[in-house]
Amino acid sequence: MVMHSREKILDAVKRNQPENTSLPAIPFFEQPFTDLAQKFSEVVQAIGGEVHPVSSYAQINTILKEEFGNKTIFTSAKELTELVDTGITYANAHAFADLELAVVEAHLAVAENGAVWVTEDLLQERALPFIAQHLALIIHPENIVPTMHDAYAKIGTLDYGFATFIAGPSKTADIEQSLVLGAHGPKSLLVFLLTK
Amino acid sequence: MPKTIAEHPALADKFNQDEERVNWHDQTLWWVRAKRDKAAHTLPEWEELRNLASQIKHNVLANLSEYLIQFEENALKNGIQVHWAADAQEHNAIVKSILQKQGVSQLVKSKSMLTEECHLNEYLQQEGIEVIDTDLGERIVQLAEEPPSHIVLPCIHKKKEEIGELFHLHLGTPAGNADPDFLTAAARLHLREKFLTRKIAITGVNFAIAETGEFVVCTNEGNADMGAHLAEVHIACMGIEKLIPLRRHLGVFLRLLTRSATGQPITTYSSHFKKPRPGQEMHIVLVDNGRSRQLGRKDFRNSLKCIRCGACMNTCPVYRRSGGHSYHNAIAGPIGSILAPNLNMKDYADLPFASTLCGSCTNVCPVKIDIHDQLYKWRQVLVQEGYAPAAKKAAMQGMAFTFSHPAFYRMAGKTGKWFMKTTPFVINNNLNPWFKQRDMPEPPKESFHDWYKKNRQQNGHA
Ligand code: SF4
Repeated sequence: MVMHSREKILDAVKRNQPENTSLPAIPFFEQPFTDLAQKFSEVVQAIGGEVHPVSSYAQINTILKEEFGNKTIFTSAKELTELVDTGITYANAHAFADLELAVVEAHLAVAENGAVWVTEDLLQERALPFIAQHLALIIHPENIVPTMHDAYAKIGTLDYGFATFIAGPSKTADIEQSLVLGAHGPKSLLVFLLTK
Repeated sequence: MPKTIAEHPALADKFNQDEERVNWHDQTLWWVRAKRDKAAHTLPEWEELRNLASQIKHNVLANLSEYLIQFEENALKNGIQVHWAADAQEHNAIVKSILQKQGVSQLVKSKSMLTEECHLNEYLQQEGIEVIDTDLGERIVQLAEEPPSHIVLPCIHKKKEEIGELFHLHLGTPAGNADPDFLTAAARLHLREKFLTRKIAITGVNFAIAETGEFVVCTNEGNADMGAHLAEVHIACMGIEKLIPLRRHLGVFLRLLTRSATGQPITTYSSHFKKPRPGQEMHIVLVDNGRSRQLGRKDFRNSLKCIRCGACMNTCPVYRRSGGHSYHNAIAGPIGSILAPNLNMKDYADLPFASTLCGSCTNVCPVKIDIHDQLYKWRQVLVQEGYAPAAKKAAMQGMAFTFSHPAFYRMAGKTGKWFMKTTPFVINNNLNPWFKQRDMPEPPKESFHDWYKKNRQQNGHA
């Protein structure tokens, strides 16, 4: 029955397809902004995130300690694991249900929309950046690209199991269009712009 | 006409009984439309992006069978199980069979207009399976036992006091509390428990990529991700038109989608699912349900380019003042009125008439669907097929007649002008549904035809 529907659908689609037209070439559009880190920071703030320019992991740690005290922190950023005592052992993502803060280092970010590209290998658990009450992302300013076109040019046909663009904290405006941060995912987003 | 479904004008009348709410609804959606304009105007390449998106989608329609085969091949390689459903019934049966195999009778579901179209929730409920919608707006309408009234803003028709009351009844929040922050926090706690305990998650699909066999799901709330990453089985349901050829085409579509929808530069999460996580099962259900038929309708196939941004609804003067439920279809508004008659001409014959044909929808559509032209063409098809609603049929036939008889058109124009000038209130009657509760505009001093003739003559062309 399954095969039957497959053939039926493909057959009907093929019969009804219009005449072919070629795929357009997609240009890289020149943007009106030139300072990528500045544009990125502006957009992240506009969509409810907080940006901290920093120059070392130790500095990140200090800021996190100030903001989160002794609350539970889990980090998948290698340089931070030595500094942050997570105190969490976990069997699966459900163990993160009460996690206060997740810290994730990312390879790529987009200036035009404040989106940060995070791939599975940086997460340990796919649920991590969604389930934590708060999220911190670490970005190196040289990894910020102007637009989504540039981002996909960098991503190319990279293999991954899961990857996501994260732009700001989780949000909803479903109740009378009032913006509320923290729908199901993190209630706040900290972005560290780490210059080496 | 022997119809069990109420028609758009009657349902719009119902919505219009609460004038204050209608005004609020109207203004809120217009505000969302204005945010869309602002976002679009920040990109100098906006129009070029719309052209690119439309061209890519055209290529998709022309090669859909090949892209589907390519997508399936790559998805299978990635370890995703692929299912094909010819119609809504088969889609629902496939979902049920996956649940049965797992011996599971509870699940969480993020937003999927396709599952709305297939009436999956009702079907599963009848089978004794509990579905929890996890998008806040969808959860609200689910508690109210209503369908979503908008594809992006499911409970845009509801006031916060009503939501407070629903939460008080179902989630035990204090009576009288209608604060959006408080209610959202309550829903967060309520739904977190569901995410952590449900073994199966259903999500929709925004884009599926033939080149890589992956699919992308966009949300602001993070509910699709919470569901999928915490569940042992992830079922993604999609219409076959969601295919795009290459991953890098996402650059075009993700730039357009949310700017068109809410004016945000991008949704909070644009998640790319390529493989199940170790130990997880991932299924994708490819659904036709009339899409291949629409593909064969030359005048209407462009409607399959839709990326479900909702911009055509937000801008539509009829949608804004009649409400999503007046369309009695999973997808409301201008695009829903093109898609619905393809599913059932008889039941949805009223919808292409629920438009002023002002063209605002066409102007905002990010994939450049000729929405208002298609609505006009559906009217002709429906009249020819004998499905047009009675009151509209008379008006339509009159229009068809005048358009095909130029001399009569000239006279009718002049007469109409005289008629409106002399008796503006007469036209405001039940024979002319669109002018119900509206005052006719001031008629121009001379008809367009007179003006055109005069100007042509002045320019020496007549
Ligand atoms: S028809 Fe166009 S404007 Fe309307 S929802 Fe679809 S993509 Fe958006």
